[in-house]
Amino acid sequence: MSDRNIAMSEASGAAKTNRIDQRLAKLREEGGTALIPFITAGDPNMETTEAIILVMAEAGADVIEIGVPFSDPTAEGPTIQRSSKRALEQGTSLRGILQMVARIRDRVEQPLVLMGYANPVHAMGAEAFAAAAAEVGVDGIIIPDLTPEDGAAYLDPSRDAGIHPILLAAPTTRADRLEMLVKETRGFLYYVSVQGVTGARSDVADGIEAKVKHAQSLSDMPVCVGFGVGTPEQAATIGAYADGVVVGSAIVDLIEAADSDASAVDDVGRFISELKAAMS
Amino acid sequence: MKSEPDERGMFGQFGGRFVPEMLISALDDLVEQSEKILADPGYQKELDDLLRDYAGRATPLTFAARLTERQGGAKIYLKREDLAHTGAHKINNVLGQSLLAKYMGKKRVIAETGAGQHGVASATAAALLGLECDVYMGAEDMRRQSLNVFRMELLGARCIAVESGSMTLKDAINEAMRDWVTNVENTYYMIGSVMGPHPYPTMVRNFQRIIGVEARAQILKAEGRLPDVAIACVGGGSNAIGLFHPFVEDDEVALVGVEPGGEGLQSGRHGATISAGVPGIFHGKRTLVLSDDDGQIFPAHSVSAGLDYPGSGPEHAHLREVGRAQYEMATDDEALEAFQILSLTEGIIPALESSHAIAHAMKMAKEMPKDGIILVNLSGRGDKDVDEVRSILSAREGESQP
Repeated sequence: MSDRNIAMSEASGAAKTNRIDQRLAKLREEGGTALIPFITAGDPNMETTEAIILVMAEAGADVIEIGVPFSDPTAEGPTIQRSSKRALEQGTSLRGILQMVARIRDRVEQPLVLMGYANPVHAMGAEAFAAAAAEVGVDGIIIPDLTPEDGAAYLDPSRDAGIHPILLAAPTTRADRLEMLVKETRGFLYYVSVQGVTGARSDVADGIEAKVKHAQSLSDMPVCVGFGVGTPEQAATIGAYADGVVVGSAIVDLIEAADSDASAVDDVGRFISELKAAMS
Repeated sequence: MKSEPDERGMFGQFGGRFVPEMLISALDDLVEQSEKILADPGYQKELDDLLRDYAGRATPLTFAARLTERQGGAKIYLKREDLAHTGAHKINNVLGQSLLAKYMGKKRVIAETGAGQHGVASATAAALLGLECDVYMGAEDMRRQSLNVFRMELLGARCIAVESGSMTLKDAINEAMRDWVTNVENTYYMIGSVMGPHPYPTMVRNFQRIIGVEARAQILKAEGRLPDVAIACVGGGSNAIGLFHPFVEDDEVALVGVEPGGEGLQSGRHGATISAGVPGIFHGKRTLVLSDDDGQIFPAHSVSAGLDYPGSGPEHAHLREVGRAQYEMATDDEALEAFQILSLTEGIIPALESSHAIAHAMKMAKEMPKDGIILVNLSGRGDKDVDEVRSILSAREGESQP
C-alpha cells in the first residue's frame, strides 16, 4: 500500500469513527436537521449539568455543546456571560468538565462538543488537552478566539487525536476566506447567523439563507447555524435549509430562571422536545 | 536588534490575532486601509499639524535638578508628556487613530477606559473631528472617577457603565469588543494601549513612537550623548513602548519598564504581568497575563487605575524574552512616595502611573555615577489623582495617631 493510500484510509477511518460525522451523515440520509443545544458546564452546578445533558440526549438533541466557562468571554451576550460567571463561582474548570464527560460518556450516544475560549486550553497545554479530551470521548471543539492561521498550534493536536476542530464563519467573512474555512473545518462549519454576540433575538437576520446555501454549495461539509436562534419557530425556519441549528442562550435562560435544579432539568427537556418537534 | 512584528503581527511568540471570526474581516480591512492611509502625505500632514498646533508637541525635556541633587547620583531627565493636551501621552494615539477612522469613513468611534484618561482623550479627539463617541467604563471605575465621567460628557461622549465581571478595565474591553463585533460596519474601535489583536499593538506603538523620537533628539542636544537608561511605567505599555522603540537599536541604552507591584508580589494584589505573569491568550493576543492554573484571568491591582490591567503589550513580552528590555516593579507605597517627592522637588505633580517610573529612577540614580544619565517618561500629570492621594494619606495619618 502506498503512503497516500495509507493516509487516505486513515483519514476515512477517522471520519467514520467520529460521532459528529456519523450523526450528520445519518441525518442527511434521512433528510433531517441536527438540533445542537448548548449549555454552560457547571451552571448551576456540575451534577445538574450531567442531568441536563442526559435529558437533552433523551429529548432529541443530535449534537451536544458543552460550554467551558471563561472569565472574559468576549463573543458572548449577557446570558452566557452570567452563566459563565455562575459556573466559575462553582469552581468549574476544564479538567473538571473532562471528568464529567468521562462519567456520562457511556450513557450518551450523541457527539459531545466542548465550546470555550483559548486560554484554558493554553493553560492546560494543547497536547495534554487533546490527549485527555480524546481519552474521555470528546468528539469536537469550538474555540471562537482561535482561527486556523493563529490557532493551528492549539487546534492541530486535537485534530491529530481524532477530535474535530469546528470553525466559525460569519456574514462578514470574505469569499476566499470562506472557501478556506470550509476546507479547514471538521465535522461541520458553524455559521454565525448575526453579526454580533450570542443571545436569543426576535428576528433572524435577513439574507442568512442565501449565505448559508452558498457555504453549503462549496463542498459536502455540513453547515450549521447558530447565534440568535431562540424559539422553535426560528429553529424550524433555519432548519429548513441549514444542516443543523444551534440553540444556546434560550436554554441557558431557562436554567437561570428555574426555581430548582430539578425544574431546570425538566424545563430544558421540554424545550428540547418542542424544538425537535418544530424541526421535524 | 530591530523590533518589528512578522506579517501576522507576531513579536517572536507574542502578539497575533486571537479573535472570533466575526472580527477577522474588520481587522483585515484595518490592516489594508491603515497601510494606505498612514502612508498618505495628506494624512501625515494633518496629523503632524494636530500634534503640533492642538496637542502642543513637541513636549519638553526637563532636567530635574533638585531631584537629581537629592538622590546624589545620575542626572534625571523628564520627558514631559504631562504637558500634552489632556495631560498625558494618550492624546498621541487617539489623534492618530481618530483621524484614521475619519479617513476610513467611520462615523462612530468606541473606546474602553480604566481611570478615564483614554476615555477623556478619545472624547476629546472625537469632539475635535466631529465623530460620535461611546466609551465603555467599568461601573466600579465610574464611581471612583466620576470627574472623568463628567469630562467625557462635557466633550459630547457617552459613557457606558459596564456591570459585568470585575466591573473594571478588562471588562470594559470585553464590552467594547462585543460592541465592535456587533457594529463593525460603521464603528471604529479605538484601543487605548498596545494591546488587542494585530495590527493594534504595532499601530498604537507607531503613534506613540513620537515620545522616544523627540526625547532622543532632545537628550542628544542637551547632553551630546544618549542616556544610559530609559525608564517608563508599564500597564498595557503604550507610553513605555513609545519611549523605548526609537532606542531599541542603541545597545548602550538600557530599557527599563516599571510595573505596578501593588501591595507586593507575595500579597497577590499587583499588576506585574511581565515580572510575574505567564504566557496566555487574552483580549485578542498571546502575551504575558495574570492567569490561574485553569486559564482564568484574574484582576490586577494597583493604586493607579491606569496600570490596573492583567495583560501586557506583546512587544514588551518579546523585548523581555530576548533580553533587550528589563522589567522591574514599584509598589503602591513607593509610587506614592515618588508622587510626593517629585511634587516637592520639581513642582510637578505626576500621575500615579508615572510615579512608578519616577520611583524606580530614584532608586537607580543613587546607584549610578554623577555623570550617568537617566531618561524618565513622565507620561501624565497627577491632577486626576489628587483626591485619591489625599484620601490615602489622610487615612494613614489617622492610623498613625495613637
